[in-house]
Order: sequence, then structure tokens, then C-alpha cells
Amino acid sequence: MKNKYFITDFVKFSKQLKTADVDAIQTELKEEYKALAVQYPKFHKMDLLSKLGFIATELLQKKVNFPSDTALIFQNNASSLVTDIQHQKSIQEKDAYFPSPSIFVYTLPNIVMGEIAIRHQLQSENTFFISENFQADLIKNYTQSLLDTKKASASISGWIDLNTEGYNVFLAFISEKGTLPFTTENLQHKFTA
Amino acid sequence: MDEVFITDDQIISPLGFSSEENVKNLRNEVSGIQEISDPDLAPFSFFGAKINRENVAEEFNAIGPLSKYTYLEQLMILAIDKLLKKNTETDFSNTLLVVSTTKGNIDLLKSLGDFPEKRVKLYELARAIQHFFQFKNEPLVVSNACVSGALAVGVAKKMLQQKKYKNAIVVAGDLLSEFVLSGFNSFQALDDKICKPYSKNRNGINLGEAAAAVLIKKQSTKKNAIKILGEASVNDANHISGPSRTGEGLVKSVEKALLEAKISSEKIDFISAHGTATLFNDEMEAIAFHRLGLSRKPLHSLKAYYGHTLGASALLETIITKHSLTQNELYKSLGFSENGVSKALNIIENPKKQDLQIALKTASGFGGCNYAIIFEKKSV
Repeated sequence: MKNKYFITDFVKFSKQLKTADVDAIQTELKEEYKALAVQYPKFHKMDLLSKLGFIATELLQKKVNFPSDTALIFQNNASSLVTDIQHQKSIQEKDAYFPSPSIFVYTLPNIVMGEIAIRHQLQSENTFFISENFQADLIKNYTQSLLDTKKASASISGWIDLNTEGYNVFLAFISEKGTLPFTTENLQHKFTA
Repeated sequence: MDEVFITDDQIISPLGFSSEENVKNLRNEVSGIQEISDPDLAPFSFFGAKINRENVAEEFNAIGPLSKYTYLEQLMILAIDKLLKKNTETDFSNTLLVVSTTKGNIDLLKSLGDFPEKRVKLYELARAIQHFFQFKNEPLVVSNACVSGALAVGVAKKMLQQKKYKNAIVVAGDLLSEFVLSGFNSFQALDDKICKPYSKNRNGINLGEAAAAVLIKKQSTKKNAIKILGEASVNDANHISGPSRTGEGLVKSVEKALLEAKISSEKIDFISAHGTATLFNDEMEAIAFHRLGLSRKPLHSLKAYYGHTLGASALLETIITKHSLTQNELYKSLGFSENGVSKALNIIENPKKQDLQIALKTASGFGGCNYAIIFEKKSV
């Protein structure tokens, strides 16, 4: 059977620090945001995982257009752990108990998909998976299922992981346009390469 | 596409350690929510639904070493163990485990005890469950806010239809933890009594804890099975911590689920809604169901029985929906008094017997996510 879907394009970037340094990541993502030259003040309110997703999809959108039913199928290792730790710090000591709603709301991994949906007005399928390593097979099969059943006409699918020592982002735009067939092998290869 | 069924189920909750016990308590309008004063959970007293920890320890002790599993893992393992004991023929070589949770072992962030640091990772929780039962296939973890429990059923359905697996076990669980309590309290989203979904005097949510498990199969020989007719998720693309005022994402989710089910909305016999009892959520649902022409369908929220059990809630409520369908029984929407939404709904005010064939389950959550799934009773 001829492959109907293609990896139309993708973005990929990562950082591995020698030690945990959330502030350094924060500073760097702010620079990345400035380099995008877009006006989106909400960026500064986002947690780091959402900032990563924002930057990745801005970069991707320079290369492809997202139809409004573009699905978001993301996966990572650490869920929202960096923000979880931040929230935990605000409740750990009984005499310094100051939980904040603006942090707490980001203690879910799928919030990054919500932020991207708002930014690009995607009223679409969202699913967030967690696993130790990128499961190209799952992401391919799940995305394919949504496309085959017409629940989405395209998808942004991939890996978006953040911990206190760095991050790793690989988001691919899958649609009927392109030359690189959407297969598990090709997805894995682009992730690893 | 292959037909996919939920064939069996188990619930571990403050209302009992089996689905049957839970259903019995719903019939008798018993709530699992009570006032709790526990400095380990919150520096204030609150209304919530907590499972008796000693009962869990006693039951778990009979099947495995307590010290090797976190409390949430014990709850989830107990749910699966009870499920498998009724389904001993389940072949693990073609069975997929799907785990739904929002926060998993988040209590370990406060104090690890004897567990390694990595146990707070959601996939480590899934692995612990996998190892307990010696499941052969790598488990999947779905963490998608408050729609996770039902979305995980949809994930299992899609994976079964792709032919690789014949069965799936979906397990969902979340704890009533200091972590989430402090967060929802900072949002001023907690009711100071038992919550009152869709009521005029509703004032927020209660939090709860539960684990639930279902067996999903491509063929069903069981009498009390339900078929998954259609399902869809649609993001509001509106706000990360509040629902769309127009119910846009929920409307579209239901429309897409109906499309896959190949039925019109008139065919729906009842709705198991999300009904968290926050001002905005319940109002949004009322608007969405009105737009869908579903305002007159009998509807309930189960949040005044269980509280909001986060990643477990939509699976727990799916199981109750299954029992509603197979027993031809509508359970009361506890906590409802005077209508408090702008588009009136047909809230189930008294439990009643009624012939039921098709049900709609919906859920919405942080991040703007919405999910709808439609079930049909299997004809026997």
C-alpha cells in the first residue's frame, strides 16, 4: 500500500547542561523568544515546558501552515516535573506555605498543548503520553489512526522533554504533503539523527 | 474497523473495593466525601473523599509486598488484580496495559521514604504495575489532565483496532494529595461542604482519590459488555485554566464522537457529564449540551459521591455508565437542588429504572481539553 502521509517537516533542538540549572534554561529560552521576533506577551507567563512548545511550533510554522484541525500528539519522560518541583517548594515548609495558581496550572504536561492550541487556534485532538524514551512506534500508530479516521487532517507529533538539566524537543508535522513517508523508521531516524 | 468492547471493570474508591459495592452505594445515595482535618494533607480542614488506608494495606498484603509499592500503585494493582481474577483466561502476550494518571506518585516529591527518586516518574509507576503482573508488553501512560481516564479508553480502542493487541487493560488512578489540594485551594476552587454540581449554590469542587480498571476486548462473550461506538477530543483553544464560555471544544468533541458512532444526538439515552461544580465548568457544559440539542437527556455528575478524582474520574464514571446501561438504571446526580445554569438540564434528581441503550460520557480539563465517548449496550 502506498503511504498516504508524510513527515512534511520537523523541528529539533536540545540542550544538556552539566548540572541542574533551571535559571540558565529560563534565560536561554528568553533569548530564543527574542530571536523569533514575535509579539506574544503571554510567553513570559508560561512555564518552561510551554515555552519550549511555543518556540518549537513558532519555528515549525515558518515552514508549514497548520490547519485548524491539526492534532497535537506529544510524549515525554518527565511530565511536568520541573514545575511540579517548583509547586512542591511552595508548600514544603509549613511556615512558608504559599502555593500559587499561576504555577499550579502548569503542573500538568498537556498544558503546553493548550498553549499551542491557543496560539495557533487549533481546535483539535490532544493526547499526551509519558514514557522513558521516545516511542516512535506508538506516536506513528496513534497519529496514523487519527488521520485515517479523519479526526485530524494533519498532526504535530513528537517528543518534548524537559528536566532541570536540559531539554530535548522533536516535533514533526505530519500531513498528506511531502516526500518523506510517515513511517516508524523515518520518525525514529529523524528523532535520532 | 474492528468493534471494541469494555467487557469488565473494577473500582477501588471510598465507596467500596468492587464495582458492585460502588454501584450499591450510588443506589443508596451514599457520598464518600467527608470533612477531613489532616495536617499532612493541608493546613486547613476540607471536604474530600479519601480511601481508608488500613483497608488498602490489609487487602494488598494478601497479594503482594506492601513496602515495594507506593500507595497509588497499591490501589491500581488492587483494581487490576480483582479484574484479572474474574478474567483468568486473559492472555498477557497480546494484552496492552494503558495507565491513566495526572500526578501519579507525586506524594514522593515531599518524602521519598525507601523509594528511589525516579519513582516519581509516571512511566516508573506503570513499570511497577507491569512487573507486578508480569505483563509482557511495554505499558502506555496517558497524562492529559481531567480527561485522561476516558481518553485512555479511546487510546486502547485505537491500539486494538491497529491489530497488534487483542486485549487492553486500562487502569486509572490519582491520590488526594497535599500537592493537588494546595493547588486547587490556591485557585479558591474548593467547596467548603460537599459539592453541588449544576446547582444555584454551587461553589467549587471537592477532591477525591480512586483507582479504576477496565478490560477492553475486540470480541465480547460477556453478557454485561458495552461497545465503544465513537470518541473524540477537541481542545477549546481558548484558555488554559478555564473552559470556553461557548462550550466550543466540548460541542465539537461530542459532534465528532457522534460522527464516528454514526448516530444522531437523539439516540443518546443519558449523559454522564463532568460536572465538577465550579461556576464556569457546569455553565459551559449546560451551554454545550443545549447547543447539541441534548438538554433534555437525563444527566448526572458523580462528583458529589467521589469528589474529583482527576486522572481516575473519567474512567470511574465510564464504569458507572456501563453499569447504568447494563442495569437499566439511572443514578441520582447527588448534591443538586435548584437549577444554577443558564440553559436548564434534565438533571437526574432521583434514581430510577429506565430502558437504556446508548450513553454519552464527557469530560473537560485544564489545558482546554475536552473529551466525549459514546457507548452502546451489547445486545444479548
